[in-house]
Amino acid sequence: MIEQFDAIVVGAGMSGNAAAYTLASQGLKVLQLERGEYPGSKNVQGAIMYANMLEKIIPDFRDDAPLERHLVEQRLWVLDDTSHTGIHYRSDDFNEAKPNRYTIIRAQFDKWFSRKVREAGATVLCETTATELVRDGNGKVIGVRTDRAGGVVFANVVVLAEGVSGLLGTRAGLREMPKPETVALAVKEMHFLPEEVIGQRFGVKGDEGCVIEAVGTISRSMAGLGFLYTNKESISLGIGCLVSDFAATMESPSALLDAMKNHPSIRPLIAGSEVKEYAAHLIPEGGYKAIPQLFGDGWVIVGDAAQLNNAIHREGSNLAMTSGRVAAEAIIKVKSRNGPMTKANLALYKTMLDDSFVIKDLKKYKDMPALLHTNSSNFFDSYPRLMSHAAQNFMRVDGTPKIEKEKNTTAAFINARSRWGLVSDAVRLALAWR
Amino acid sequence: MTIAVTKVRVEDKLYQNRYLVDSGRPHIIVRPHDKPSANLLALTYVCPAKCYELNDKGQVEITADGCMECGTCRILCEKGGDIEWNYPRGGFGVLFKFG
Repeated sequence: MIEQFDAIVVGAGMSGNAAAYTLASQGLKVLQLERGEYPGSKNVQGAIMYANMLEKIIPDFRDDAPLERHLVEQRLWVLDDTSHTGIHYRSDDFNEAKPNRYTIIRAQFDKWFSRKVREAGATVLCETTATELVRDGNGKVIGVRTDRAGGVVFANVVVLAEGVSGLLGTRAGLREMPKPETVALAVKEMHFLPEEVIGQRFGVKGDEGCVIEAVGTISRSMAGLGFLYTNKESISLGIGCLVSDFAATMESPSALLDAMKNHPSIRPLIAGSEVKEYAAHLIPEGGYKAIPQLFGDGWVIVGDAAQLNNAIHREGSNLAMTSGRVAAEAIIKVKSRNGPMTKANLALYKTMLDDSFVIKDLKKYKDMPALLHTNSSNFFDSYPRLMSHAAQNFMRVDGTPKIEKEKNTTAAFINARSRWGLVSDAVRLALAWR
Repeated sequence: MTIAVTKVRVEDKLYQNRYLVDSGRPHIIVRPHDKPSANLLALTYVCPAKCYELNDKGQVEITADGCMECGTCRILCEKGGDIEWNYPRGGFGVLFKFG
């Protein structure tokens, strides 16, 4: 006998788990497919997890979720080859009863989330790669083919939570394959250090955590971002740049990461650490303009597969969790009024998502990806160098009159970019930020 | 305090990772070619696991054992037909301990 499910969720990352949990906890018959040996074994993230979006799914997650540190401080560094100019924000307000942001380790976190999904009643099938969507004569998605023997499973609706590089949606023509200029390749290492050492080096105690994000010459003129996230006994350290830039410059990602580790501002923070893992992952960076059609007859797309990532604010997993939850809520609504899972009925998912921060935020920055893509050498090389020179010129006391120092700094900016270039960069940045 | 960060070869980095290799069933195949396309050639630098290498005939070859399944090569080379790309069979491939 063929087993029929209310919903099949492809993938056990943030969006898939959010969707499967929400659907199963409302009593729907859910099958979740995961190609990894265990949920999380294929997933890579920085990783920072935002509490509010998980609270909306599992309100008491703090009781047993594996959380590393809650964040009390964030630093943004602009680097040139030997220095960093930075903005720090630190507040004791973040030491609240229910902290706002945590660092997590995805393999552990995803195992926990998946356990919740099982407890909610879903069937989770690991070590199963979904290979193809199955459609009926009218083109409606009715199931998924897997790499297991006789492995076709059927459902009223398929939730594609297969990640940015998922095969099903792209092969079925439901979404385009990401373009090299709309995805970043990030590489990351896990650096282990004793808890107290991390506390001392980053000026935090107990479960407090600190984040450093760095732009500048470490990305070698490519549009990119480096990061150090403090976990309890490790530091997640990585760097990501657009795939199109990597292809054009033929830079080696691992060499880029090694050079970042050797930067004089970063080296002391990880000195003596033991590296236990090296990971790579694609991050959707196309923003609002790269969002595919989100729903159709018998299917919805959520999370990274739907390009739902806010690259400017480095928020991804919260958009993923929210889109998974919202898609599930839309499906539950359609089912509760006995509606079939048609394109017309599933349009509710898009309506609900449009009304959330997910689409509103991405819409706000819709012109940002193109700006960074076409202007990377200015924003990631020229300006960082100029900023550093300006700061050093200002700090160094050498008998040069201040008026001359200011003139030098202004002249350096104009030489590098011209007056018109500076004004046009500022205007374009302001317009894209609006 | 002395600080030493030594240069690590990619191969050594991959040793830290856990893999379950599906012997004899590589999930990525490079299509036969005389001269690699620009994107295929770029992979010999850009693949973060250094799976792609030039052979002595100037053609690009792949050893997919250390693949971290990031998908970069798919984004750059699937459309142009340089490579055939699939995920490994369920359970096989890289198994991140931390992710």
